[in-house]
Amino acid sequence: MSERPDEQAVYARWLDAGARIGLAALAAAFALYVSGVLDAHVPREQLPSLWVLSLEEFRARTGAPAGWGWLALLHTGDFLSLAAVALLALATLVCYGRLVFFYFSRNEKLHGALALAQALVLLAAASGFIGGGH
Amino acid sequence: MSGLELSGVAWWWWPVGLFAMSFVLGVMAVVGGIGGGVLFVPLVSGFFPFHIDFVRGAGLLLALSGSLSATPALLRNGLASLRLALPLALVGSVGSIVGALVGFALPAPVVQTALGATILAIVALMWFGGKADQPRVDRPDAIAAALRMGGVYHDPASGQDVDWRVHRTPAALVAFAGIGVLAGMFGLGAGWANVPVLNLLMGAPLKLSVGTSALLLSVIDTSAAWVYLHRGAILPMLVAPTVIGVMLGARIGARVLRVAPASTVRRVAIVVLLVAGLRAMLKGLGIWP
Repeated sequence: MSERPDEQAVYARWLDAGARIGLAALAAAFALYVSGVLDAHVPREQLPSLWVLSLEEFRARTGAPAGWGWLALLHTGDFLSLAAVALLALATLVCYGRLVFFYFSRNEKLHGALALAQALVLLAAASGFIGGGH
Repeated sequence: MSGLELSGVAWWWWPVGLFAMSFVLGVMAVVGGIGGGVLFVPLVSGFFPFHIDFVRGAGLLLALSGSLSATPALLRNGLASLRLALPLALVGSVGSIVGALVGFALPAPVVQTALGATILAIVALMWFGGKADQPRVDRPDAIAAALRMGGVYHDPASGQDVDWRVHRTPAALVAFAGIGVLAGMFGLGAGWANVPVLNLLMGAPLKLSVGTSALLLSVIDTSAAWVYLHRGAILPMLVAPTVIGVMLGARIGARVLRVAPASTVRRVAIVVLLVAGLRAMLKGLGIWP
């Protein structure tokens, strides 16, 4: 048998759930967006003239928010789809949170400290504190 | 507008075209053993009209979703090692955030030219690079020993259990910081670099290196993805068809893997990559806008 430490099984279980939820949410939100069931913040037919622009020009022309500002636009199909992408990106952070608890509860301080440092890096990126474009 | 000059084409043509291309890339990635992200970014930035900022974001999400899907099974089967990944993912994550920030700070032609140069270097690495199924590691280094980065690897092909350990961890940490910067800057995914560092530099078995590379990608790309998301460089109209296309293509690729001429597909993929790299460089330099 291969060596599969306990934390691998726990991490795998949590990541599997997170990835499945995120991908299903992305597919569902995109279906609502592309089919026109939900209105879009940036009209779909205008996109071909906008996605050729640089990021700064695109945001200036569309009023697309930076940071977590898109949370106010979840009623639109494009930003609901973006929320599904955020859900995917949250999966690893949640798994590391679980890993921190796992290691420290078993008094594995070195591994716990590494997992905690990784969780803090992910949290800083997710918060928009680092390079969030505010 | 550069690339395909198709003004007047209905908006829905683009996600359909992206889906079709991503599907083909997904098949090629599995059969040829080349990550979809590394093919996607130079091809789409070179031949589609989207600004490179949005293509890098889509490429990053493509690599991220693929690794998130593959990693749980790899961990369960012992084909990826969490303890091996822990310190490497940490420095790679910091590097990827730095890379993403640098990518947004640089002018687009500079990023495009650097992307072309990186892709051509990857082509050389893939063409001439070596690999070792079971590298010999006599003694783990101090960091590897302290973090217990080793174990027993079961090779299903040979049916044997193999003791594995790693060395040269400090050098690998430096390498992963650089890999992270490239992954974040270009949205490439980085299996092409992860595997040689794990296998040839650290001495991890080849299959364990491939599996652990997927785990590393899922962490490193997540860090950079948040920067792209907060900057507004994630366009769902590009990301969703790309992710869905690649994942369906990968499923089909896994089915045809047994009958497909893998070495031929890999050579074709490397030639495609060479063309895409040259195109990216010429576009960046303004020679072929």
